[in-house]
Amino acid sequence: MTLDQTQVWTIITALAVGTYFIRWSFLGLLGDRELPEWAIRHLRYTAVAILPGLIAPFVLWPTATNGETDPTRLIAALASLTIGVWRKSAVAAILSGFGTLYLLQYLT
Amino acid sequence: MKPKQTTSKSAFWAGYCDCAPFLLVACPFALLFGVAATEAGLNIVQTMAMTVLVIAGAAQFTALVLLQENAPTLIILVTALAVNLRMAMYSAALVPHLGKASPRMKMLIAYLNIDQTFALSTTRYPQETEWTLAGRCNYFIGASLAIMPAWVVFSYIGAAFGATIPDAFALDFAMPICFLALIAPALRSLPHVAAAATSVIGALALSWIPFSLGLIVAAVFAMLIGAQTELWLSRRKP
Repeated sequence: MTLDQTQVWTIITALAVGTYFIRWSFLGLLGDRELPEWAIRHLRYTAVAILPGLIAPFVLWPTATNGETDPTRLIAALASLTIGVWRKSAVAAILSGFGTLYLLQYLT
Repeated sequence: MKPKQTTSKSAFWAGYCDCAPFLLVACPFALLFGVAATEAGLNIVQTMAMTVLVIAGAAQFTALVLLQENAPTLIILVTALAVNLRMAMYSAALVPHLGKASPRMKMLIAYLNIDQTFALSTTRYPQETEWTLAGRCNYFIGASLAIMPAWVVFSYIGAAFGATIPDAFALDFAMPICFLALIAPALRSLPHVAAAATSVIGALALSWIPFSLGLIVAAVFAMLIGAQTELWLSRRKP
């Protein structure tokens, strides 16, 4: 797959600058002012509001199978999520995901 | 002077040791990021530039996914930066502990302000009341030095060798697995679960909106649902 090189470099640069600015914002610039309670309450959920929606289509319609739902990948994803939530562990999620995927691929 | 120096130095190693266990998580993530970036079509220079300059796994993976979906540059940036917005909260929470450091030190700390270093330091600072400002800075730097060099090295290994791994290993699935691994431990309360469910349903229902904009709309709803669920739960408690 070929990507637009200008787009890739624009994204890398702007993402780096933007992320740095967010990290530096209060510490370096805004100083000791409280974030309002409502802002914190929403910021707490930013990551969990974006990441699941972003990846759901890739789990249901993988690119590797040209968008055909693949039972193997679907079951592996469910195993990864279930065990990750249960163990509260990212490592457990990664291992169980790939473990299930390879096991099912071997069996079928 | 001597006791102070000892304190600063031991604070550095305290940070280093506290953060070292996170290597277990950071190394596989970095490795898979390198692999996923290669799969998405980034060359090794681009992969390493992103790893070193952004150092925010979730946002890096977000940018990769949207690049593959051919989303417009602006949408990719808005979405990936929104994933990082939580770090504004981290930045504000560090002010009471590190606000008096020199501007240069604060610029360094800002670069090193990632999920793990932030979580560790804001837990440890209130317990270590005898630490000087220098000690607190050193703790932060120690914690980052335990994890960040490995993050960079393992991304490189993933990017360098990812392309040589045969298709049978289904490395296309590295990205979904990484997202699930990021999400799973974060589902620690009802509001988090409600927000995540809204995000999935919303993104799938709104996928007809062009330029991956449906995801942003779904995310706004998911955030509101999370915050409202939290409010509702706190009101229910007497």
